[in-house]
Amino acid sequence: MTCLIEFKKITRRFNERIALDNINLKIEEGEIFTLLGPNGSGKTTLLKIMASLIEPTSGEIYFGGVKVNARNKGQFRSDTTMVFQKTVLFNTTVYKNVVYGLNFRGLSNREIDERVRDALRHVKLEGYEKRVARKLSGGEQQRVSLARALALNTRLLLLDEPTANLDPRNMSIIEETISRVNRESGTTIVMATHNMFQAENITKRVALLIDGRLTKIGTPNEIFKEPSELKSFARLENVFSGVAEILNDGNSRIDIGNGVYIEASTEKFGEITVFVRPEDIILSKDMIVSSARNVFKGRIVGVSDMGSVVKLQVDVGKQFVVQITKRSFGEMQLNVGSEVFLAFKASSVHLV
Amino acid sequence: MSEIIEGILKAIELIVTGNPTVVEITVRSLLISGTATFLSVIWSFPIAMLIGLKSFFGKRFLKGIFHALLGMPTVLLGLILYLIFAEGSILSALGILYNPIGMILGEAILVTPIVISLVISSVEAVDPEIKDLAKTLGASEFEASIAVVKESTGGILLAVIASFNRAIAELGIAMMLGGNIRHFTSVLTTTIALETGKGDLPLAIALGIILMLIVFSISLATNLLQRKQK
Repeated sequence: MTCLIEFKKITRRFNERIALDNINLKIEEGEIFTLLGPNGSGKTTLLKIMASLIEPTSGEIYFGGVKVNARNKGQFRSDTTMVFQKTVLFNTTVYKNVVYGLNFRGLSNREIDERVRDALRHVKLEGYEKRVARKLSGGEQQRVSLARALALNTRLLLLDEPTANLDPRNMSIIEETISRVNRESGTTIVMATHNMFQAENITKRVALLIDGRLTKIGTPNEIFKEPSELKSFARLENVFSGVAEILNDGNSRIDIGNGVYIEASTEKFGEITVFVRPEDIILSKDMIVSSARNVFKGRIVGVSDMGSVVKLQVDVGKQFVVQITKRSFGEMQLNVGSEVFLAFKASSVHLV
Repeated sequence: MSEIIEGILKAIELIVTGNPTVVEITVRSLLISGTATFLSVIWSFPIAMLIGLKSFFGKRFLKGIFHALLGMPTVLLGLILYLIFAEGSILSALGILYNPIGMILGEAILVTPIVISLVISSVEAVDPEIKDLAKTLGASEFEASIAVVKESTGGILLAVIASFNRAIAELGIAMMLGGNIRHFTSVLTTTIALETGKGDLPLAIALGIILMLIVFSISLATNLLQRKQK
């Protein structure tokens, strides 16, 4: 694999504050690379330097082996595009948003039309061309942003928290699109996220960025082996440690304390740590018969509004975080104190 | 009371029949205020864009000055310009006192703080990431600035309309620099003031109705346009 972009001793200061401190990093052509770090750790600054939107205070950047300078910066910028954390759309139709960058690339009208159509198909927004972009839902707006970036077919795609606060459906469409574009077009993707599950799912390499410094680079497994480093910022909901024993059916049963046992599709025993994604847990008001191996009765002890989704803290002896859509939350007339049932499959229990 | 009602009826008659004096004064008002607004936009727009889009030392102070100038009494500005253009003063050689050109220049200067302040506000109200977004999509610095301008079109249009309305409804400068000379510098506001003083209420009311119609219809058209854009 060849190196697409390389940072050599990159430092960026904002007045006295050091946002990035002596960053040495190589991104290989065709890989999906994730930057994991808390708010203010420098993730966005690093991406904006890659996008040539911010100049580093010191250090050198190489793009495709060529040192980036003031003269050739424009050329590298056209090989790169970025999707911002906060969805930014032009106040016009979906079509005109997606077409904006294509207008600078000297393409024929037919090519432009094709690229727009392809990009919208990638993010499952076919037929939305004439809709006013800012009137779409939050998730759809973020998908328009992604389509606008994809239409350019750049060598490097930078994504700043692309799925922050999105509901599971939009999140999975965006994640699928990212993986597919990387697989089919070989686009190199650098993504900043808080979401360790996302990092684990779609990337090969992860870097931990803490206080402007790269503290660790490795595979998701290598990074997640020591969750203590992630605890301060990453989404570490429903992480439980306990003693596992192997059952007759090949699953493991983990005693996580307070009389709560979790069944997992793994043949591990002894001290282990597992997690369950909040969106993988089904919540109901009545006991439901299903294939889920884990069913618990509990009480809602906390509710957090996350925009289009709601996160509930449910005490079943141990506290679980469950994510449901706001619509479901309203329809089920849930509140703190409501008695509920949680269910999740043994295959939804992941080992850390 | 009956005198006023009679005046209104006569005024409507003057408008409906297209009275030559009413038409002449209305057209002159539109031309002078329109040209003044156009002139002001030409010099105010680049200044406003620079202040709105760039960060520099003293930016807040400069914005404060333009905000303060919004409250400048028109009579005072008229007096200052009169002293500059009057016989024997520094720019008397231009010969634009009691001349439509003097009125255009005066009104253009009057509405400059309005254009600058409102354009700055609308440019600053645009999401700051729009510029960065345009750049990441391949726009140059200039093209990215154009993207910001496009996003603030509604606010810019509002600035232009507010300036035109201010110019056409303004009396002090029109009177002091124009002198209300019949068939030459008389405009809606100066004629309304003069005819009311003389007791010719129908003409004053007719011109008042026209002035109101112009201001209202332009504001209404702007609103409709903005709603359509959204």
